[in-house]
Amino acid sequence: MARLSGLQREVLSLYRQCLREVRKKPLESQSNFKNYARPADPSRRSAEFQKHRSVNKKDFSAVEYLLRKGHRQLEMYASPGIRNIR
Amino acid sequence: MASLRTTSRLFAASRPLFRPASFARSYATVEAKSIDPAASENPSMKTFKVYRWNPDTPSEKPTMQSYQLDLNKTGPMMLDALIRIKNEIDPTLTFRRSCREGICGSCAMNIDGVNTLACLCRIPTDTAQESRIYPLPHTYVVKDLIPDLTLFYKQYKSIKPYLQRDTPTADGLENRQSPEDRKKLDGLYECILCACCSTSCPSYWWNSEEYLGPAILLQSYRWLVDSRDEKTAERKAALDNSMSVYRCHTILNCTRTCPKGLNPGRAIAETKKMLAA
Repeated sequence: MARLSGLQREVLSLYRQCLREVRKKPLESQSNFKNYARPADPSRRSAEFQKHRSVNKKDFSAVEYLLRKGHRQLEMYASPGIRNIR
Repeated sequence: MASLRTTSRLFAASRPLFRPASFARSYATVEAKSIDPAASENPSMKTFKVYRWNPDTPSEKPTMQSYQLDLNKTGPMMLDALIRIKNEIDPTLTFRRSCREGICGSCAMNIDGVNTLACLCRIPTDTAQESRIYPLPHTYVVKDLIPDLTLFYKQYKSIKPYLQRDTPTADGLENRQSPEDRKKLDGLYECILCACCSTSCPSYWWNSEEYLGPAILLQSYRWLVDSRDEKTAERKAALDNSMSVYRCHTILNCTRTCPKGLNPGRAIAETKKMLAA
């Protein structure tokens, strides 16, 4: 695999952070959270990470914006008060 | 960045606005006839160039969009023009606004190169020159003219902007203050946290993570000089490092740009004096 750029590594780290946060949620809703970040069926485009697959990896401002947005969303959904997602 | 302001802007806030009592129209639009009967025949069209960026299509670059308005039919302030654009030309234009009288601080934006409140900024009557409207500089943009002020509010929270006391008052009622002590808060309590000053400060642009910025330091000073507050020593200790206060290099863009006419530069200087004493 080609070496990843710093920005790509940041995206991957956000992705893994999201999956790690999913495990802190109640068992019965974990699959919902996981589907929100990455759908079980990869053809579904509704999930957050899937939606923006078409963004060019050299479009730095767009990727950086999406990263900021992702961190904001993660921070919100990671709060223990949020127990399920649809 | 913050250039000298025009005198018309300085007086903008204090001048009363005489408008005809008509309940049918929105306040941004003025009936042309009521001002000048000849106005509808010779409209004075002004171009407004507005920063546009839509987060739903992040790969598209931000653009400047032009709008033409007849000043005879528009209210006197920039906010009136923006509201009219949103009402009548382009409903997708996005900006924050609330009180339209300079007390909420929502409509802070960069107008013709100066950070100010759109509701306190008169539209320059020179129709030959276009007006350029940007979001506050060096902020992440949420959409169009809306800046992301999360960090700004986080920093405000970090200075504990509330009264901290352990001893109860003698009679168990209010915390009283002498008129002289109260006077010390004049010029500090009026700050509406519009973030105009912080985002005009070059020092804050480069060190926004650690430097608190003029608006927050003004508020921090407001609690340092409050005679009722008992945690002054703790507050001072929290500021006593190389980044929080001492990144202020007295550029004084903050004082020049403040739409409420306050002086954050002085508050920071006083804070420095308190820390050195």
